[in-house]
Amino acid sequence: MKADARTATGSIESCAPRGAADFCLSCMLTSGALLAAVIASFAYLDIDFGSLFSGESAASMAGFVGSFFPPDLDPAFLRKAAYGAVQTFAVAMIGTLLAAAAGLLIALPASGRHGLAASRMSRFILNLLRSVPELVWATLMVLAAGLGPFAGTLALALHTTGVLGRLFAEAIENAPRLPEQSLRDAGCVGVPAFVYGTLPLVWTQCVAYGFYRLEMNIRMATVLGFVGAGGLGQMLYFHLSIFQQAQAATVLIAMFILVLVVDFLSDRLRARMARG
Amino acid sequence: MSVASATPSDPLLHRDPAARARLGWALVALVLLWPLLVLAEFRPWVLFDASNLRVMGSFLAGFLPPKTSMEFMGYLLKATLETLAIATAGIALALLLAVPLSILCTRALSVSLIGPGPGLHGGNALRAAGRALLTFLRAIPEIVWALMFVRVLGLGPAAGVLALAITYGGMLGKVYTEILESTDTRPARSLLEAGSPRLAALAYGLLPNAAQELTSYTVYRWECAVRASVIMGFVGAGGLGQLMDQSMKMLNGGEAATILLVFLLLVLLADALSSTLRRALA
Amino acid sequence: MSFDLKQVGLTHGNGFRALHGISLRVGRAERAAVIGPSGAGKTSLIRLLGTALRPSEGRLDLLGDNPWQQPAGKLRALRTRIGTIHQSPPIPPRLRVITAILAGRLGVWPAWRGLLSLLYPADIAGAEAVLARFDLADRLFDRCDRLSGGQLQRVGIARVLYQQPDLILADEPVSALDPALADAALGELVSESERRQATLFASLHAVDLALKWFPRIIGLRAGEVVFDLPTARVSDTMLSELYAAEGGVLPTQANPRAPVRDPGEARMDIGPQKIVKLDACRGR
Repeated sequence: MKADARTATGSIESCAPRGAADFCLSCMLTSGALLAAVIASFAYLDIDFGSLFSGESAASMAGFVGSFFPPDLDPAFLRKAAYGAVQTFAVAMIGTLLAAAAGLLIALPASGRHGLAASRMSRFILNLLRSVPELVWATLMVLAAGLGPFAGTLALALHTTGVLGRLFAEAIENAPRLPEQSLRDAGCVGVPAFVYGTLPLVWTQCVAYGFYRLEMNIRMATVLGFVGAGGLGQMLYFHLSIFQQAQAATVLIAMFILVLVVDFLSDRLRARMARG
Repeated sequence: MSVASATPSDPLLHRDPAARARLGWALVALVLLWPLLVLAEFRPWVLFDASNLRVMGSFLAGFLPPKTSMEFMGYLLKATLETLAIATAGIALALLLAVPLSILCTRALSVSLIGPGPGLHGGNALRAAGRALLTFLRAIPEIVWALMFVRVLGLGPAAGVLALAITYGGMLGKVYTEILESTDTRPARSLLEAGSPRLAALAYGLLPNAAQELTSYTVYRWECAVRASVIMGFVGAGGLGQLMDQSMKMLNGGEAATILLVFLLLVLLADALSSTLRRALA
Repeated sequence: MSFDLKQVGLTHGNGFRALHGISLRVGRAERAAVIGPSGAGKTSLIRLLGTALRPSEGRLDLLGDNPWQQPAGKLRALRTRIGTIHQSPPIPPRLRVITAILAGRLGVWPAWRGLLSLLYPADIAGAEAVLARFDLADRLFDRCDRLSGGQLQRVGIARVLYQQPDLILADEPVSALDPALADAALGELVSESERRQATLFASLHAVDLALKWFPRIIGLRAGEVVFDLPTARVSDTMLSELYAAEGGVLPTQANPRAPVRDPGEARMDIGPQKIVKLDACRGR
C-alpha cells in the first residue's frame, strides 16, 4: 500500500493499471501477518458463529429486540428517566468543571514554567490519570466514595484532568512568551503575571477543549452507571438485569436525546464564542 | 495629547459597561451550578468518611505486593490474549460492515451523479439511508451494545466482538466515506464516465490516493478497540476487564494491581505499535 | 543618577556580539535618544537596561543598584521602577484596553488586587486619565484586537505611563504612528518625564524626531557608541557617517528610507503639510 500511494499521488496516471513491481515483499508480508492475526483471533475466541446466526438464535435475538417495544411511557417512569438524564448531565458537567480546574493547575508546572523536574513530575501524573479509563476509575471511586453519582463525577474528573491538563499544557507552551515576560520585567510575579500575560492568549482554546471534552463526558457519563456510578447507566443496568426491557428502552431513548441536546447546545455555544 | 478632544465628563464612562452582564452571568452560573452539585451528590467529605476510608485503605494496602502467582499469571495471560483477540476480531467484522456501506455511501463512486443521469433520486435515497444506518450504528456506545448482547449470548467474548463490530463498523464506515470523498476524485470520475464498473473505479481511481489514510485510520481504530475491549469486560464481555471486575468485586487489591499494570502496559504497547505502523505508512 | 554602564558587553546565546564596550551615564530626569542603523544594537541596549537581558561583561548600575547582584525581592522592586515601551506592544489581543493599562501597576499591587481587578477594574479613572492623553479615552472598554496598530501602540505607551516608573525605556515607541500622532505621542512622553522627574531613554528610527525632542543624542553602530553628544553639537556629517552602512540613508518620519540629498540644507518633511527646518527643532 505504501507503494500504491507513492506511485500514484494525486495524478490522472493513477488510472493506469499497476505493474507487478508495485507488489513489494514487505507489503505482502505485512498483509499476510495481519490476515494471520485476524484468523488467530477468531480461532482463539472460538465463537460459534454457526449457532450465533442459526435460525434458533436469530429467533431469540428477534424476541429480545421485540421485548424492548413498546418503551415504557408511564409518566411516573418518564419522570424517573428525566431525573436520571439530568443527573447524568450533572455528573458530566461537574466532572468536566473539576477536571478543567485541576487540569489548569497541573498544566502550569507541566508546561515547563517551574523547571524541568516539576514538568517531568506533573507530566507523569497527567499521563497516569489519562491512561486509566473512566470506567476503571469509576470502579475504584465506587470503593472510595460509595455507590452513586459522586463516584462517577470523581471518575470523570480524574480521567479528564489527565486529558485536559495535557492539552492545556501544550497550549500554554505554544503561547507567545513576550506578554508575560514584559509584565515580569515590570516587577510583576506569580499568578497575576500568568493571569494577565498568558491566560488571555490561551483562554479561548482551553474553553474549546473543555466543551469538546464535555461532549465526550456526556457519552461516558451515561455508561459509568454500569459499575454503580448513578445516572441513566445505573438505571439501564438495573432494568436490564431484572429483564424489564420496556423500561430499558425508555432509558436508551433518554440517553439518545441527552446526547443530541448537549451536542446541539455545545455547537451553538462554540459558534457564538467563535464569533465573539 | 495636545489636540485631545475635551474629555467627556459623563459619569457613565467611569463605570465598566461589562460589569452588569458579568454579574448577571455569574448569578446564572451559580443558580445553575447549585442544583447540578446537588444532583451529582457532590459531597467530597464522604471520601474521608471512616468506613469508606477503611474499605479503600485495605483495598489499596492489598495493592502491594501485586499478585504474581503462576496460576493467576496464567489467567492473566489468557485474558490479555482474549482482549487482543476481541479487538482484532471486532475490527475485522467491523470492516465487513464498513467497507460495503462506505462504497455505497460515497458520492465519489456514484454513477447516477454523472450528468446527473438516470436513477438520481434512487441513488440519493440509497446514500441517505446508508448514512442514516451508519449514524445509528455509532450513536450507541459499544459498551451499551455489549451489555445487551451479554443478555442474549451470555457472558463471554462473543458479546464484545459483536458490540465492537457494530459501533466501530459505523465509525469506520463514516470516516471511510469522508476519506474517499476528500481525496482527488477525478480519476474515479473519469473511469466511471468511461463506463467502468464501480469496484474497478474504486480500485484504480480512489484507492491509490486514499489507501494510506484509510489504513492509518484503521490502525488507529484498532488501538481504540483494544482499550474498548478492556472496558467492555466490565459488563461481562470477556478479557481483562471481566477479570478486573471480578477482582474488584472481591476487593482483591493484589490482583487488581497486577491487572491494572498489565492493562497500562497493553495500552502503551498498542499505542506504540499503532504509531509505528502509521509512521511506516506515512 | 539613573543608570551607569561601564564597558558593558552583550553576547547572545548564538555567539552574536550585540553590544560591546558600552559606557554610558544618564542622570535622573535626563532625556536621551539612541539612534543608529538597524542592527546597531538599539533594542539589545534597551532590553539590557530593562533587566530583560543580563550583560555578559562590564558593570551595570541601574537606579543605584546592580540588578543582577540583588536578591529576588529587591530585583523585583527595582523592576517595578523601570517601564519598557516595546515597539509592538506585548498585549494579549483579547484583553480589554482597561485591563491592558491596569496591568502596568501589577508589580506594585498586591496579588489579590490584581486578581480582583479582573472582575471589576480597580482604577477606571486613572486608566481613563492616562488614555485621554493619547486621544483614546473612548476606547477604554474595547478589546485590544479591535484597535488599529497605531492605537495599540499608544495603549502600550499609556500602560507604561500608568506604571509611573522612574526610568522610562522606549524601543521605537512611535514606529506605527503617522507623523503628527508620533510627534504628539513623543511630546506626551517628554512632558511626563519632566513632570515626574523620570528619566526617558528612547531608541528612535526617525532621526528628525530624536533631534526635535531630545537634548542628548547617542549614535550607536555595530554594537558600539559612535558619538554621545548634546543635540546642538550633532552635525549632519556625523549623522550621515552613522548611517553610512545604509548608503548614507538618513531615516526620517516622512521618508524612512530616503537618501540625504543635500546635508548642508537638510530640510526634512514632517508630515505632508508642515515642513520643519531641522535646526529649528534642535534640542527644543
